[in-house]
Amino acid sequence: MTSAPIKIKETIADPRLQQAIYTATGRLMSHRAQAIQPALMPEYQELRTRAHEIKRHTIENLDYYLELLESKVTAHGGKVIFCRDAAEVADFVLGLAKERGAKLIVKSKSMTTEEIGLNERVERHQLEAVETDLGEYILQLAHQRPYHIVAPALHMTRYEVADIFTEKLGVKNEVVIENQTKIARSVLREKFLAADIGITGANFLVADSGAVLVVENEGNARLSSSAPKIHIAIAGIEKLIPRAQDLPLFLKLLGRSATGQAMTVYTSFLSGPRRSDEIDGPDEFYVVLLDNGRTKLLANADKRESLYCIRCGACLNHCPVYRKIGGHSYPWIYSGPIGKIITPQFHGVMQDPWLPFASSLCGACAEVCPVKIDIPKLLLQLRSEVVEAKTRGGTAGEERRGFRLFAWLMQRPKLFQFAGRMAARFGPRPAGGKWISKVPGLFNIEPVRNWLSQRDLPPPAPKSFHQLWKERKK
Amino acid sequence: MSDARTDILGRVRAALGRKAAQPASESPGVYLSTRNLSVTERIELFVRNFEKLNGQARCLAARADVGPVLRELLDGRTAVASNSPYLRECGITEIGSVQTGFTVREELKAACASAGAGITSCDYALAETGTLVMLSSPQEARLVSLLPPMHVAVIPASSIIGNLDELLTNVPLPAEQSSSMVLITGPSRTADIEQILVRGVHGPGQIHALIVEEGA
Repeated sequence: MTSAPIKIKETIADPRLQQAIYTATGRLMSHRAQAIQPALMPEYQELRTRAHEIKRHTIENLDYYLELLESKVTAHGGKVIFCRDAAEVADFVLGLAKERGAKLIVKSKSMTTEEIGLNERVERHQLEAVETDLGEYILQLAHQRPYHIVAPALHMTRYEVADIFTEKLGVKNEVVIENQTKIARSVLREKFLAADIGITGANFLVADSGAVLVVENEGNARLSSSAPKIHIAIAGIEKLIPRAQDLPLFLKLLGRSATGQAMTVYTSFLSGPRRSDEIDGPDEFYVVLLDNGRTKLLANADKRESLYCIRCGACLNHCPVYRKIGGHSYPWIYSGPIGKIITPQFHGVMQDPWLPFASSLCGACAEVCPVKIDIPKLLLQLRSEVVEAKTRGGTAGEERRGFRLFAWLMQRPKLFQFAGRMAARFGPRPAGGKWISKVPGLFNIEPVRNWLSQRDLPPPAPKSFHQLWKERKK
Repeated sequence: MSDARTDILGRVRAALGRKAAQPASESPGVYLSTRNLSVTERIELFVRNFEKLNGQARCLAARADVGPVLRELLDGRTAVASNSPYLRECGITEIGSVQTGFTVREELKAACASAGAGITSCDYALAETGTLVMLSSPQEARLVSLLPPMHVAVIPASSIIGNLDELLTNVPLPAEQSSSMVLITGPSRTADIEQILVRGVHGPGQIHALIVEEGA
């Protein structure tokens, strides 16, 4: 088991953090709700259905669209690099940097590069890689991973940011957010102008255009892709959509679901190095297509739809579990409901067997998902896989025996009532009407211990419902 | 060891039960919903949405009106103007503090990095979202609308169309025209610290649209 459960306890016990998560996710929820209200967007449900269909079609024909994308990128003078894993991406970036004598990389926010730990990998080789999204920049200085897919530094206060800036940048302690932003702007502006390579992610890869589409609000992705002489876009192979004309559909859903914006401030459609007569833009353009376990996921037809995700973060904001335990309690950088379904599929279900169970199955995630991924259904499938694996490994024996005993008892009403009466008479009864929080000796087995470790049990009632009912009828 | 490309495509095909060079199954149709708006409606809608995002828009009757308004807006700032012929027609290149005509990347970059404002035209504007659409070209470089703290776009009213769907109807394959098509919707902003909105983090914090009705 990972250290996540400890982090969960810490998060729940920290009122400041609880407040920060609730406020931020609450605000994102209400922005979304306003943006998709039927008066403004009567076609919202229709768009979701269509987006789901297009994603399904693309994933079901993924090899075709990968090759189409590749041929178009090449036709416009760019290059597609296929990479099986994190090491291959790092090797490519390092190799190119070495060939071109590059020293400084500017990066715009990308979950995919977080996934492969690219910064750490390149920095081991004397290459500087600077995050330029304000939230990501703060996290890089603080050596933390993103707390949220869309709002990476959601958990931090201005005071923490002030301390980080003072410690790492040597500036005076500045707690006014506008001034903090100015500090970051001026430090990063120098980096943009001096950088040799710009790395971005991609929100979409547009097959018929050989294009990378990036949405953002700050302008750092535009700068990363336009100021340096080399632009590398790194994206998972699932990011494809067939046509440029599919973009209005997806962009309408993405911005609204993520932050409630009808359009993000900047939407960049980038398709190759600058053309011969263009004044600026990169001389070299690379699209890195990453597998890193995605083809394994693709091989499971039942769970393939996890790959439709467009990383809007809406499921995180609406998840009662995420809102309580926060983004750092999950074992991987993908947190919330979507993290719960993709992490086990990338790492194997037994790496963090508790993960698919950490859900109330309330279904809020599926209701807000812009591409209609049935997250609760996938969670149930993953739960059954965990139980199967445990049964095979023999660790689910006690739980299974317990449920068998319970089923046996339930089928014998007289015996069941007798057992109830016995429990009422001889069961534990803490003083002062308190609830039971310690495991009664007789039941000191793992499943009961686990259950009681997070919950208290009311003491058995002196009379069962059955008895009360009988007395009432008399 | 086979190369990564062959390997990945092979795994994808094995996962999907597809063969090499197999065509795609029939794709779901394109879903674009365009709106029918008159020029006046488009201008009004654009201005409303542009200003909602804290942009400032002004409607001008004639090209000749642009110069004086721009001088006032610049208020002594230095500026870089793109090479758009429309800006020349509007007399912008005659303003003393405006530099223009850059054709070398490094010179343009240096000028934009120190300028107080960047002046461009645009290829389209989207009424429904208050968006400027700019395709990179010898006339419009990428950095003019990006590096300076203020961006002024001079827009012929005829370039204002309904929405994004209409843009992709008019330009179904942007990559055939340019290496970059950027949609700009309001000033650069962030809410990364405590979700407090701050404008002008990396791109321009101020954005102006001068809409010229002459010829529309």
